[in-house]
Amino acid sequence: MALDACTEVPVLKERGQREVFCGLTGIVWLHRKMQDAFFLVVGSRTCAHLIQSAAGVMIFAEPRFGTAILGEKDLAGLADANEELDRVVDQLLARRPDISTLFLVGSCPSEVIKLDLARAAERLSERFFPQVRILNYSGSGIETTFTQGEDTCLKSMVPILPSSNEKSLMVVGTLADVIEDQFRKIFDTLGLGPVYFFPPRRATNLPPVGKQTYLLLAQPFLSETARALIQRGATLLDAPYPIGVEGTTAWLESAAKAWNINNEHFQKTIAPAKERAQIGLERYRQSLAGKSLFLFPDSQLEIPLARFLSRECGMELVEVGTPYIDRMLMQNEISLLPANVSLSEGQDVERQLDRARLAKPDMTVCGLGLANPLEAEGMTTKWSIELVFSPIQGYDQTADLAELFARPLERKKRLSV
Amino acid sequence: MELTLWTYEGPPHVGAMRIATSMEDVHYVLHAPQGDTYADLLFTMIERRDRRPPVTYTTFQARDLGGDTAELVKTSVKDAYERFKPQAMLVGESCTAELIQDQPGSLAKSMNLPVPVVSLELPAYSKKENWGASETLYHLVRTLLLPLVSDAKKEKEPLSRPKANIIGPTALGFRCRDDVREVIKLLGEIGVEVNVVAPLGSTPADILRIPQADFNICLYPEIALTTCSWLNRTFGQPVVRAVPIGIGATIDFIKEVAQVAQIDVSEYLERSKSQTLGLWDSARITSEADSAASRLPWYSRSVDSTYLTGKRVFIFGDATHVLAAARIATEELGFTVVGVGTYSREFAREVRDLAKSYGLEAVISDDYLTVEAKVAEAAPELVLGTQMERHIAKRLGIPCAVISTPIHVQDVPARYSPQMGWEGANVIFDSWVHPLMMGLEEHLIGMFREDFEFKQGHMSHLHTADSPTPVAVIAQDNSNGEVHWSADGEAELKKIPFFVRSKVKRNTEKFAADNGIIAITAEVLYEAKAKIGR
Repeated sequence: MALDACTEVPVLKERGQREVFCGLTGIVWLHRKMQDAFFLVVGSRTCAHLIQSAAGVMIFAEPRFGTAILGEKDLAGLADANEELDRVVDQLLARRPDISTLFLVGSCPSEVIKLDLARAAERLSERFFPQVRILNYSGSGIETTFTQGEDTCLKSMVPILPSSNEKSLMVVGTLADVIEDQFRKIFDTLGLGPVYFFPPRRATNLPPVGKQTYLLLAQPFLSETARALIQRGATLLDAPYPIGVEGTTAWLESAAKAWNINNEHFQKTIAPAKERAQIGLERYRQSLAGKSLFLFPDSQLEIPLARFLSRECGMELVEVGTPYIDRMLMQNEISLLPANVSLSEGQDVERQLDRARLAKPDMTVCGLGLANPLEAEGMTTKWSIELVFSPIQGYDQTADLAELFARPLERKKRLSV
Repeated sequence: MELTLWTYEGPPHVGAMRIATSMEDVHYVLHAPQGDTYADLLFTMIERRDRRPPVTYTTFQARDLGGDTAELVKTSVKDAYERFKPQAMLVGESCTAELIQDQPGSLAKSMNLPVPVVSLELPAYSKKENWGASETLYHLVRTLLLPLVSDAKKEKEPLSRPKANIIGPTALGFRCRDDVREVIKLLGEIGVEVNVVAPLGSTPADILRIPQADFNICLYPEIALTTCSWLNRTFGQPVVRAVPIGIGATIDFIKEVAQVAQIDVSEYLERSKSQTLGLWDSARITSEADSAASRLPWYSRSVDSTYLTGKRVFIFGDATHVLAAARIATEELGFTVVGVGTYSREFAREVRDLAKSYGLEAVISDDYLTVEAKVAEAAPELVLGTQMERHIAKRLGIPCAVISTPIHVQDVPARYSPQMGWEGANVIFDSWVHPLMMGLEEHLIGMFREDFEFKQGHMSHLHTADSPTPVAVIAQDNSNGEVHWSADGEAELKKIPFFVRSKVKRNTEKFAADNGIIAITAEVLYEAKAKIGR
């Protein structure tokens, strides 16, 4: 165990088999958020199969994502691959005239054969802009872990954001529309604004950025995007993430301070929602308090969730695993964790399973590949991908979030088979 | 480069995973980048497997690419062997690893592990899942059995019970778990002993016993044909090719088994034919033994099934299940096939021939949108397909039954639900007929449709939504010279039961357009009906 000088919280660094998704998975929620954008993965049959499997059900006949599957011919010569890509994009845009932004998404194979999607995006933009803007980012597993795909996607949009010197707040990271609306209402009541959400609901509706832009990160996995926005002059507000009553309050307060909002006004504004959240949470807190918790690395949400579950729900943390730790984004969260917390970064899945079996936690948070096998061993699990796909941020979702963890325990209590 | 929205098959290494996961004491080391572990959840979620697939991934990242990824393979193979102690190991790569050319199979072989190591080279940029499964099974069986080839072709003891291997059932196959049980039962009824079932539920030690059987049953040709052909060439084991899905095919299967096993089944077949009647006899009710017969033949002859006659059906899936389904649909339920196709290009020829026999052109495609367009064009009353066609059918408002992979969690039911053998035919009757309107109910709806209390769109027990396409009558503006409905034509159209109305409407409009008729009157409607028929 290496001792980290910065926090003095020891972190177990693991390098072995990582049981995590790649960044392509982000397409599943990004395409829902930006409904005028299309995500074209340039990759293999594996990439297409992954997104299909991760998306679970096929709701749309023609989803706003697809894969340009590389064939042997494309591997033989990059010149041909570029021509082929142009042909596929032509075919796609002819089919989907409603698309205003096309993301070319790099994958493991496209990275390894060094297919330059940035050049391709430029080349295609010359033909299709302004009807269609063509951007590119990497969702490859060799470069991105699961939610990092959103980071690389948003980062690709930063250079095209309009410049502005107006003082404004930018909330960065995909949130469910319902949560955006709740936050917007609170900011309005506080008299704080203008507020922009990034990514926007329409990819063409880009938020401005400049020296007077204050960034509030809604998601804990936007390292590169935050740095790119800072480079464009924006200021990152220091805050934990808006998960749980405590996190949401501190998050909102951080913005309120930047706008010099009177504290009394702030407390009064958040009071009704905060009170509702506390009442709602209490019911689930009772079933969660004192229970031990083991989190496998998955979405980068592990540390904020562990903070919420330990401080607000009274759970005991056995191990908090997370794919990687970016101090700039995570310091405020780590300092809220109990002093003796066991943090692990990266993964060696077999060894981590050994540790989990030994610890026999009351609840294990893990991916769907591990959940049923662990249940079969008698462990109670909460599958983690639901935490990414469900609205969990903000006051009015706090009880829902706790319920997601209380449900497996409740289920275990009910079943006699 | 090929634009794909949804895929019928995964990459070939997922096929290899299906073989590894089917078996016990086999471990697969897969040289693959971070993220490829997603495939685990196909097994743990769709099949609700209580164990992780026996697969170790190297999950390399960009930072590893500069270094020694070959060393990473060796470490993974060594760790996996020490932790799992399998009887045999599969070593291969996924699409990205194929590009960096570490040759993990050769690396693993050079490590002198004390168990057989099978090197899998599955070209990810030209081949797909079923091919990958077929190749993996073949290479595994071949690697394990090659040392035995010299002492092969043992003398057959003349008086022993004939013994068969069942080759082909896999994890994530369509109802394989239950089909195996049904086929074992079927073979037991005619006195054939089962030697080895592989790959599902077998170990490498079981594979070594394969040559002890008299013949092989190639249960799922997509997966098993390559292996069965090699066993035939190497050990002289005949191959039974009939796939017992449906009554006719089950009888063919029994006859073919009887022929290679040199047993007489005439009495058994006679009995199973006669036993399709007498379903309610007290002897049958109180007997614990299942009858060696299916209820399908009698249910299909029962008068309420008259309404099934000529139902228009569209069939799509893997080749094996499509060929079987077409035969059942036409010969055993009296449907009319209006469209047929497969995504299994390896077996396209058989499906093309079948389509030709119905005067159709087969849809050989793995492009989901093409299949959807073909279904819409054929306007069937029932779709028999995969989970993909279930989505297509739902959108088009057509009943659907799933007959083939790719599957979803609901295609792995808790109940015993085979497709093969006599019980399989029962299951098929129920699962294809229930989505259709029950005959008598259809009759009653027709009778009561004028009743003011009868709610339009009422579809009895069906979960599907109301009438498929809203019957919006074409604009009354007749100045543009396009086909339109006159007032009396429209009134007449409304008298037609809603569940066939949109089809009548479509047919009539086409008839009008073809014959240069602008205004569709009641007369035109009936003229079209007479010309087009149902």
